[in-house]
Amino acid sequence: MIRRLMKTLVGAAVFAAFAGGVAAQDSKVADEIAKYREALADGNPADLFELKGEGLWTEKRGPKNASLEQCDLGQGPGKLEGAYAALPKYFKDTGKVMDVESRLVHCMVTLQGFTQAEVTKQWYSKPGKDSDIEALVTYIGAKSNGMKINVPATHPEEAKMAKMGEYIFYRRSGPQDFSCAICHGQEGKRIRLQELGNLTTQDGAGFAMKTWPSYRVSQGTVWTMQRRLIDCMRQARWPEPNYLADSIIALETFLQKTATGTVMETPGIKR
Amino acid sequence: MNFKFGLFFGLTVAFAAPAFAQKALEAPGGKYAKDAEQVFRSSFRDDNPKYWMSRLAQDETMKTCGQYRDNPPRKIGEKLEKLNAATIRYPVEGKLIGDWKEGEKLAAVGTGGHIGFIQPDPAGKLRGGNCYACHQLAKKEVAYGTIGPSLQHFGKIRGNSDEIIKYAYDKIYNSNAFSACTNMPRFGLHNWLTPEQITHIVAFLVDPESPVNKD
Repeated sequence: MIRRLMKTLVGAAVFAAFAGGVAAQDSKVADEIAKYREALADGNPADLFELKGEGLWTEKRGPKNASLEQCDLGQGPGKLEGAYAALPKYFKDTGKVMDVESRLVHCMVTLQGFTQAEVTKQWYSKPGKDSDIEALVTYIGAKSNGMKINVPATHPEEAKMAKMGEYIFYRRSGPQDFSCAICHGQEGKRIRLQELGNLTTQDGAGFAMKTWPSYRVSQGTVWTMQRRLIDCMRQARWPEPNYLADSIIALETFLQKTATGTVMETPGIKR
Repeated sequence: MNFKFGLFFGLTVAFAAPAFAQKALEAPGGKYAKDAEQVFRSSFRDDNPKYWMSRLAQDETMKTCGQYRDNPPRKIGEKLEKLNAATIRYPVEGKLIGDWKEGEKLAAVGTGGHIGFIQPDPAGKLRGGNCYACHQLAKKEVAYGTIGPSLQHFGKIRGNSDEIIKYAYDKIYNSNAFSACTNMPRFGLHNWLTPEQITHIVAFLVDPESPVNKD
């Protein structure tokens, strides 16, 4: 945690030095940096989500009064180490390729007896209403910190999912003719001052995937990968895919496969 | 030994090269492209208004660009360019150069047009060209993106002849008339900007008084 904090601080210093000239011209940017610094003063706020997630994981909850400690995220019941880094993957018991969030929801339904609707109602935080899913995913993600992303997609269903993700990545539509590839298919580009990763390479996809879930300073909460991708689609001016939709899991599989081998640094902290 | 190695190497290259070329040409999704389209289309809530869902429709240009990862063979690119050139419409009065001050505002606006249940824009939210997202323009704006080329001193470098003015208008109206599958949106085709708004951005680019050229 200390090492991560040091890294984040160095990153913040570089960010601040770079953005310094801009701040004078753009008070919005200045506000952002102020918030960013404030948030960093006590480390990554995502650490609090991680703690809360641990509590939610071990607490007996739901109609079945059960904890999530027997949840199988792909490494066996209750085995969390490296689970996030190896998702999405194919699960025999459901016959589906599932990502961390769909599998977590599956566990909350089967082990704790919640309904899917109850569990997913608050899949992201709204002002005054925190999301249990964000906290749990932060906790699960942190258990893969320092481990390599490992989604070779060798099972035929995983391979199919990765290919479908690739299709969606290049699919253009909407009033701006966008696809994911427009912004994320080239090296060294940026939108305004925001640097863009080339998600078609291991380095680029790795840089993006290793830091999620991530605390978003501008949003004041942790974003999961589902939230990140669904919001990309909102920004492309498309309708929003459903939470846990297969199209999002397909994109995640494509990206994790491309990023495979990259060491996780999570939870991250971002603009 | 050396001969054998050379033969092996030569054969490997001979076999690998076409395989590599083929791989580069495979459309995204491969044999699962149709499944992927179906999976994508079925990802949305049933109560999405029709108007929202229409944003998932693909015209021939979008479909073809996706298939070729935005890098179509020249022959197909030319076909798309012709198709797109034919869509360009001009303002009723025929004047292609408007007010650079209006254009300057439009170039900076990146809001508008967001739909969905989470964070939609209110109806009537101003839409702009969002030019700075991808292009450098006026010197004083340092928060510019780099997906497109720098357009600083656009008019200073190219002048403001009728040809340049028409080129700038046409390019903004339908970028794919010039380079198929470019990253740049087709602002006129999609009615994202009106022809009049496009003339203002043209003025921002070519007018000698515009900060694009003056500073």
